[in-house]
Amino acid sequence: MATAAQTNERNHVAADLDTSRGMPAIFANTGTSSFTQFLAVAAPDLLPGRRPLPPGVTAEHGTHATTIVALACDGGVVMAGDRRATMGNLIGSRDIEKVHSADPYSLVGTAGTAGVAIEMVRLFQVELEHYEKIEGATLSLEGKSNRLAAMIRNNLGAALQGLAVVPLYAGFDLAATEPATAGRIFSYDVAGGLYEERSGYDAVGSGSLFARSALKKRFRTGLPVDDAIRLAVEALYDAADDDTATGGPDLTRKIYPVVMTATAEGTRRLSEEQAAAVAESVVAARMENPGG
Amino acid sequence: MQFYASPEQIMRDRAEYARKNIARGRNAVVLTCADGVLFVTENVSTALHKVSEIYDRIGFAAVGRYNEFENLRRAGVRMADLNGFSYDRRDVTGRMLANAYAQTLGAIFTDQTKPFEVEICVAEVGTTPADDELYKITYDGTVHDFPSGVLAMGGNADAIVENIGADHQPDEPLATALRLAVRGLGSVGGEGGAPRTLPPNQLEVAVLDRARTGRTFRRITGAALTAMLEQAPEAAQGGYSSGKGGDAADSAANGDNSNT
Repeated sequence: MATAAQTNERNHVAADLDTSRGMPAIFANTGTSSFTQFLAVAAPDLLPGRRPLPPGVTAEHGTHATTIVALACDGGVVMAGDRRATMGNLIGSRDIEKVHSADPYSLVGTAGTAGVAIEMVRLFQVELEHYEKIEGATLSLEGKSNRLAAMIRNNLGAALQGLAVVPLYAGFDLAATEPATAGRIFSYDVAGGLYEERSGYDAVGSGSLFARSALKKRFRTGLPVDDAIRLAVEALYDAADDDTATGGPDLTRKIYPVVMTATAEGTRRLSEEQAAAVAESVVAARMENPGG
Repeated sequence: MQFYASPEQIMRDRAEYARKNIARGRNAVVLTCADGVLFVTENVSTALHKVSEIYDRIGFAAVGRYNEFENLRRAGVRMADLNGFSYDRRDVTGRMLANAYAQTLGAIFTDQTKPFEVEICVAEVGTTPADDELYKITYDGTVHDFPSGVLAMGGNADAIVENIGADHQPDEPLATALRLAVRGLGSVGGEGGAPRTLPPNQLEVAVLDRARTGRTFRRITGAALTAMLEQAPEAAQGGYSSGKGGDAADSAANGDNSNT
């Protein structure tokens, strides 16, 4: 028999997850296909944005993740992120990974408070997978981008106190009629505002101003995937060049940007060797011409 | 008016009720093979699944009443996703789910007037066929595990295992296992005990693919399924339903079995 104390003890994992008399009724309730909505009932403490914060701005305590770029290419999208996280003037991490596949056909990158961002990406990944398993069908790309917007919106209170997360979402649209328009990019603001980037490229994070400017000058529609990858890494180099919070390719430690693509074949991350080859060639070109 | 019914009588009635209704439906077979864990069931519906994904390396199959096992399946997905989110993806195990299902079905069997009319299978694919875990949970919450790698569910489960169990090798390729499973399903329920030939559009087939990382579950449908069923090098002229001589006699005997 579970006493109140025992039940409380396991609350940090999942409230009422006591299976000694079968699965709790909450698991068997008909109802939502959304994992987030399920968590809100079953274990609200596991949701980011549901935790009470002390008053005041808390930004300086968190680790911050920085620049992410995404651009559409022939038959899909490319997304890349640098590897640096900062704590004020210090390096928080040299090899953090900020670009992830959200599901088999879409990518999510995050800038902002690293702790909240990592949790949000994990939740988003489970959310999409959960829907797919419960319903036996995948969400539309718009549906997925809206779910992400809802998560950002739920974090608004924390964001206003300095724990903001701003993602970039991009994916291959399985419903697209032609491959040229299949790669789509969605950007967000801290209030959960969702904007589709019809220009075909975007960047978020502290170095985004420089990265976006670099992309603006060199982006062309329908770029081959390899050229788009090169352009993404160049844009990250430009961001690192002018923004101290963005890390450039670290040739001495062999830490290179995370580069991922989403195409008809699904999402793919460039291997270490491939990412190294691109980064090394970008650095070599900048030896000749530092401005690119 | 008050009646006295002995607990034995009540439990016997419930068990008989559940068994009788499960036996009216179709059967399902789960096999381990070199390429993973294979689920095969007779299912004419393309919308309502009897086989589905629970987690990275865990699959679910069921026979019986759809709304009841669908409820259990959803509960399993929620539990797996919640545990994986709270701990780590590696910490979601088939054994944990099988236990939770056993507790759930056991509690329903004793507490409620009507038991669930289902049999379910929770299977987890390992790194080698010997590491695969197959669990069958019946309407009263009993859990059986099948280290042999051959699991059948439904009214004719025993007959199917008897018909194909001896021919099963855990290290054979997927297509061979699939044909064996289909032969098993076709070996029961035929007119006068004769083996039936099951066309691909009446089968629901899925596999937990051992070679994949992450989510291993995939369905085998359409042309891929037809091709796998047709390539029968060792029994080219007889088709996949005549691999074993004693089929007709076996299923005749087992036909009687399923009525009890």
